[in-house]
Amino acid sequence: MIRLEPRRQHSQKMIYLSPLLAIVLTLISGAIIFAFMGKDPIEALYTFFIMPINNAYGVGELFVKATPLVIIAIGLAMGFRANVWNIGAEGQLTMGAIFGGGLALAFYDSTSVFLLPGMFVMAAIGGAFWGAIPAWLRTRFNANEILTSLMLTYVATLFLSYLVYGPWRNPEGFNFPESRAFPDAALLPIIYDGTRVHLGAIFALLIVAGGWVLLTKSVVGFQLRVVGQAPQAARHVGFRQKRMVWFTLLLSGGLSGLAGMFEVAGPIGQLQPSISPGYGFTAIIVAFLGRLHPIGILFAGLVMALTYLGGELAQIGLGLPSAVTGLFQGILLFFLLACDVLTKYRLRFGSVSKSGEPA
Amino acid sequence: MTAMTGNTTGAVEQRTGSGPAQLEIRGVTKAFPGCLANDNISFRIEPGEIHALLGENGAGKSTLVKMIYGVMQADAGELLWEGKTVTIASPHDAREMGIGLVFQHFSLFETMTVLENIALAMNDVRDMAVLRQQVIEVEKTYGLPLDPDRHVYTLSVGERQRIEIVRCLLQNPKLLILDEPTSVLTPQEVDKLFETLRRLANEGCAILYISHKLHEVKALCEHATVLRGGKVVATCDPRAETAKSMAEMMIGQKLLAPDRGVRPAPGDVRLAVKNLSLVSDQQFGTDLKNISFEVRGGQILGVAGVAGNGQNELFQALAGETEIHGTPDCITLDKQPVADFGPRRRRRLGAAFVPEERNGHGAVPDMNLAENGFLTAFRRMALSARGLIREVPTRSFADSIIKTFDVRTTGHGAEAGSLSGGNLQKFIVGREIMQDPGVLVISQPTWGVDAGAASAIHQALLDLAAKGTAVLVISQDLDEIYAICDQVVVMAAGKMSAARNMADASIDEIGLLMGGLHDLGANPAPELNGGQNDPA
Repeated sequence: MIRLEPRRQHSQKMIYLSPLLAIVLTLISGAIIFAFMGKDPIEALYTFFIMPINNAYGVGELFVKATPLVIIAIGLAMGFRANVWNIGAEGQLTMGAIFGGGLALAFYDSTSVFLLPGMFVMAAIGGAFWGAIPAWLRTRFNANEILTSLMLTYVATLFLSYLVYGPWRNPEGFNFPESRAFPDAALLPIIYDGTRVHLGAIFALLIVAGGWVLLTKSVVGFQLRVVGQAPQAARHVGFRQKRMVWFTLLLSGGLSGLAGMFEVAGPIGQLQPSISPGYGFTAIIVAFLGRLHPIGILFAGLVMALTYLGGELAQIGLGLPSAVTGLFQGILLFFLLACDVLTKYRLRFGSVSKSGEPA
Repeated sequence: MTAMTGNTTGAVEQRTGSGPAQLEIRGVTKAFPGCLANDNISFRIEPGEIHALLGENGAGKSTLVKMIYGVMQADAGELLWEGKTVTIASPHDAREMGIGLVFQHFSLFETMTVLENIALAMNDVRDMAVLRQQVIEVEKTYGLPLDPDRHVYTLSVGERQRIEIVRCLLQNPKLLILDEPTSVLTPQEVDKLFETLRRLANEGCAILYISHKLHEVKALCEHATVLRGGKVVATCDPRAETAKSMAEMMIGQKLLAPDRGVRPAPGDVRLAVKNLSLVSDQQFGTDLKNISFEVRGGQILGVAGVAGNGQNELFQALAGETEIHGTPDCITLDKQPVADFGPRRRRRLGAAFVPEERNGHGAVPDMNLAENGFLTAFRRMALSARGLIREVPTRSFADSIIKTFDVRTTGHGAEAGSLSGGNLQKFIVGREIMQDPGVLVISQPTWGVDAGAASAIHQALLDLAAKGTAVLVISQDLDEIYAICDQVVVMAAGKMSAARNMADASIDEIGLLMGGLHDLGANPAPELNGGQNDPA
């Protein structure tokens, strides 16, 4: 029988090394999988991880993909720190896109400089509103936010479909399920010519910095960490858990909504039935890969963005199915969790005594 | 399994034979990463002997017991059972050989009956009716009255312990190990336990008695082995020693009794509780019933009582972890009604609290000491500004606690969980005292704390009271209450006795109150009558 035995001392170094180890292990298993599929593993890994970023446009795409991942993951990490498990960032992202995009469509012939800031505000409100529902259900009825936030994701994506197939469909769009294209005043400016890197990338960096201050320097961040690590101590000093549930769900909902608006006002430029390749879910992996720390999340976001790009190139260049992106992300999360477990516990082989052990 | 007959025949053999020891430990060594828990330990226990194993927390007692009971294996050295070298691979093996262990913390199922709990722990039970007969027989033989059909949650802690002892006795032990068995008992229950143990020893059962309560060891045991830092540092005959001399063997230095100094005249009432009733939010918690008391500035009031009689609920109500709405004036701080306030508002009014559990309640184990200092002090010590943590004052606050209270640690960057119990407790107590509170409520101030740290904490509490703070000490340890308190109240079954002055309170009387005798209300025991109606 195999059992896990807690290590007496956790290595601080290993906590930071384990994401790197997980990445290396993911690459090795990826190579093995490619070999089994009859592809040259070296070439496949090159296509997957190097080719996407060997030119300026590719690096730009990396930032484009990393932007929503990082923004969402920062918000999620705050919640995860406080044991609030928002799994519904994808839905909050969608609602942010609907609220922000809705404003752009309402003023589709506007040239006002206030349109874009207005969209920021609306998107944050939309996402926060979608995060508020699980918060209310949790604090009022003690309903598990993992389930409610996840289920609300499907409500949000179906609502978006309803809008773009129905009332918000482009009247001049030949019946395609798309909204009008956003006016120029509603589009995020490109910050580096020849790429698609938009203003959202700058915001992502600001949000990383803000998240770092909030988490490590502020009293609120301190409260989050105490509520998450020692709920009884939090109760003892009067840090209210309910308040943290509200705060983190509103914050992560708002940031997810902002990320959704950046997508539709950035690379997409209109509302469509599908506006995200699962950024809201991938951001969960990003948050953990980044050790729930804003700086770590910045790097983790870039790594995960690369798997999206690599997955696309692998489809084109190697003829692999699109599922390969999800596969890599899944393997990475698996190894990360395994490394974390082995950082905290050691494996013991041998039988446990039949009659059990005293405490 | 055969019932008591086996034990009696065994006992006869043991009394007649003067041969090998029941258990001999030779050169046992056990190392953990970074610490040598047992270093070349040797001693022997004869049949029928009551042998004390003394030592502070962390001296290596539990490790040694775990090896005797087969939970762990020694790195070196050997165990001899009746003269033969043995390997005890598991607790199951230990029980087969005749080793019984009564744990400090019970492993009982609350919603099952006594008999069912006993049956669960037996290696093989064929017939419940036979088992019931055996249980009743053991209870009768050893004076352990216990109704086999009662549910555990209805039993007192002392009665629960009896279940564990009966469990062990049913297995015909030749060696019975008791780990801190009296920490949850009233003085009267302790006497009863000792009678049982003496009777067992007379029948030839060897007893290994682990404790740090020295007057008990002195009353019960014939031999004592003293451990310190994993080594045997002394052996003695407790009957020929004083509690003080044994304590000094345990801690390896002179013991300083707390200096009570000149106790100040009591000032104004700073903490008052009036007719506090509260339904516990825990399933098997204790409801508080009509509790009233007052603590004046400069005074230390002790709350005695066996654990689980409402002390936790009282602490939570005082600290604001439980808010009481509707009757805000049932708790007042400096005359201000606070019962509906949360912890932060109570702290702002000058109250401070130290809970019983250090890790996870009084401190966050994965956070460093600077952050743990910030935890309760950030408002009173102005450690935050505009919603941000002021890092420099936060660190220097932790440093000053570490310095003033002699906390042994690598510095303010050390994680709270890495400190020993005594050092972390010194830090937590220091954190509250440095905030200069008007009222301090502290639960089990020296629970699981080494003697050096305990005396430092006692002294700090006395000094704090001398400066005019009202101090409430909730403690199971009567020695502690006698050492530092001015007055004492007793909690039993969620009720509280009237306060009496320490000087007038005999240990017998407090023991009876701990057993819940003031429940009798209209018909109190005659010798209690005066005390009940005459608040000190």
